[in-house]
Amino acid sequence: MIAFNKYYNHFNLLSLALIVVSLLLLIFKGLNFGIDFKGGTLIELRASDSKINVSSLRDRFNQMDLGDVSVKKFGNDTDYLVKFENKDNKKNIIEEIKVNLDKSFGNNYDFRRVENVGPKVSAELLKSGVIAISLSLALMLIYIWIRFEWQFSLGAILALFHDVIVTLGVFSLFSFEINLSIIAAVLTIVGYSMNDTVVIFDRVRENLRKYSDIKIFELTNISINETLSRTIITSATTLLALLAIYFFGGEILKGFSLAMILGVVFGTYSSIYIANTVLVRLRVSQKTVLREDDKK
Amino acid sequence: MLYFSKLRILFVTLFSVLFILIASSNLFKFDDSFFDKKINLGLDLQGGSYLLLEIDNEPVIEQKLQNLTTTIRNYFKEKNIKINNIKIDNQNIFFNVIDNDKQSVLDVFQDENSDLNPYYPRFKSHQLEIEDTGLNFKVNFSKQGLIKLKNSSQDQAIEIVRRRVDEVGTNEPNILKRGNNRILVELPGLDDPMRIKSLLGKTANLTFRFVTNDENDRFGVEKLKFENGLEEATVSKRIIISGENLLDAQPKMDTQTNQTIVSFTLDRVGAKRFGKATSTGIGKQLAIVLDGKIISAPVVRDTIASGSGQISGGFTFQTATDLALLLRSGALPAPLEIIEERTVGPDLGQDSINAGMIALAIGFILVIIFMFVKYKIFGLITNVTLIVNLFILLGVLTLFEATLTLPGIAGIILTVGMAVDANVLIFERIKEELKDETNNILAFDGGYTKSRTAILDANITTLLAAIILFFMGSGPVKGFAVTLGVGIFTTLFSVYFIARLFTSIYVSRNKNKEKLI
Repeated sequence: MIAFNKYYNHFNLLSLALIVVSLLLLIFKGLNFGIDFKGGTLIELRASDSKINVSSLRDRFNQMDLGDVSVKKFGNDTDYLVKFENKDNKKNIIEEIKVNLDKSFGNNYDFRRVENVGPKVSAELLKSGVIAISLSLALMLIYIWIRFEWQFSLGAILALFHDVIVTLGVFSLFSFEINLSIIAAVLTIVGYSMNDTVVIFDRVRENLRKYSDIKIFELTNISINETLSRTIITSATTLLALLAIYFFGGEILKGFSLAMILGVVFGTYSSIYIANTVLVRLRVSQKTVLREDDKK
Repeated sequence: MLYFSKLRILFVTLFSVLFILIASSNLFKFDDSFFDKKINLGLDLQGGSYLLLEIDNEPVIEQKLQNLTTTIRNYFKEKNIKINNIKIDNQNIFFNVIDNDKQSVLDVFQDENSDLNPYYPRFKSHQLEIEDTGLNFKVNFSKQGLIKLKNSSQDQAIEIVRRRVDEVGTNEPNILKRGNNRILVELPGLDDPMRIKSLLGKTANLTFRFVTNDENDRFGVEKLKFENGLEEATVSKRIIISGENLLDAQPKMDTQTNQTIVSFTLDRVGAKRFGKATSTGIGKQLAIVLDGKIISAPVVRDTIASGSGQISGGFTFQTATDLALLLRSGALPAPLEIIEERTVGPDLGQDSINAGMIALAIGFILVIIFMFVKYKIFGLITNVTLIVNLFILLGVLTLFEATLTLPGIAGIILTVGMAVDANVLIFERIKEELKDETNNILAFDGGYTKSRTAILDANITTLLAAIILFFMGSGPVKGFAVTLGVGIFTTLFSVYFIARLFTSIYVSRNKNKEKLI
């Protein structure tokens, strides 16, 4: 048996630090919102001429007075991602750009993807994204509150907030782009983290009923160990699937799978080191679950 | 838990085979219409264009208020009530009356049977709201009135948009209302939406009006620019004929001048008016005005009574074709603005499909190897279940002709990774049971029973997340919610029916084997 409980305090401090740092990052550095949430235009461009590279593209686009322009390689050597604000929301901007690029590069490029999100739409998408995440957290709260005693609910919700905040913190730290698919990833993380916590909690509650003489400090450790191989196998297979998406699923899914990978790692960790320590700190005992049973 | 009746075995087998058949209809063609269904590919996979248009209702409101001032003035004139200083400011109509008339004006506006101000009993609201400060009135659209107005301009606009898109002839366009002032246009397979965008960007308000030098024209005049933006002309506000009078318009080649022109045919009313105007106006310039710009202003040489004519204006064949198309499909009630556009080229779509399939295959193989190494014979059972599960999932998506997107493929891969969770929970539990239980069958029974709450909990939490995503997400993300959500149900089915069937067969044959799992 691994003594997870030996490190409860250490990891609680670590998590606290992670959350504080993440929050500071989120407040002061903020998130790198993509055009979905900030508005603007995105062009994925494939070049068939070596004359076309990041700097020549940047030159061309900067001459066109489009506001902030960012040009990046995208996946392989011939693909580029160009993003700009399109502040004035010009109507025929794509056609203008094509005419302009034709002059310098002829026919040696191709727009593979064009996305243009107006300011009104991006504001709405951001709002609905925030609502979706809040709603999912609220639903999880309600579900867990119906299913378990309040001490368990608190533990699960703290673990959930930890996972979401720290994942977003990592995205802020590395300036990874936040777009619609990241919202989907965060929601899936919420589901996964809850799932993982609930499995251990189920066992904790079962053990609480079974043993009256074991303290919660020991009991959580027993439960974690009993469910450990399931925790490892499930997170391993999920991670294998996600790694396959990350490495082979194409550039578009990179951000999504990365967020999910982070979420699975944090979710697994928090089920052990946050959710359970809350039970310990709230001194949950056999009485907690038996009292609830009597009510039913 | 381990006992399976013959009937149940039959049911599970039939059910699985049915969905595998349905899933395989994506690869083969079936004559039977029930099986001949396909999963739709989202725009991000098959390539295409997604356009979200917003109707700018401001001009419509302005126009309605403008008409309303005339109506109000005439209406009260008949009743011998004098309306003074009527004007429009910031979407409000202001006017004042003399003291004696105040109550009668209010009565007209507040009467439920008023023909000036329609009453909507369902919403307990009038079309217009009236406020008075002393003898000054302020009239504007009520909340319900505005909603009605927006709905009706959306209805008109979507009809025109549909006609224009159909005229261009893309395959299976999808045109839907969004809210009460937006229209969603999905154009599968279209990789360059430039032409459609420019067609939808035009209101196509066509009028024929005389050019005049008389500043005191009875109908008022306005200065309009020519299409080229250089010249200007003073044009009467009197409309001879408008786009509504057009029956047909076609691009043509004028054999005499070798120019591309748009020829048009007028309806009866239009033909009469056109004939009269051209007979009285010989020698005058007739301006053809489209969306506030003069296309051309030819001099009238003859009376045109045939009800057909032509527009020239230095067109190329393309611009003439587009103008004819716009005129045929009619004018939009209000300008449209494209507020969101997402276009994916067909080769990127194909690349995404390939990448998604490779990721799915690799993820699948990795999970299968992992499970086999870890659980041997039970890993094998899990893996067979996993494969059947994948087919059932695809079968369900096919049955409902769901739309598969790139994030949707990611959802399937994720389902593969997470689907083993239920089996793992069961197997681990069985291992624990076997520690103090010597009877294999009882241990397996216990494993299934005791793991059930954890499995249900785990899947409900994921399902909750998927449901929210489905209702809040848009486009590709919605596809993810669908595969993730459907995946949960197929997983539970395959774990509790298929995997358990295999397990029960294996365990009952090896009742007395030691170290079973």
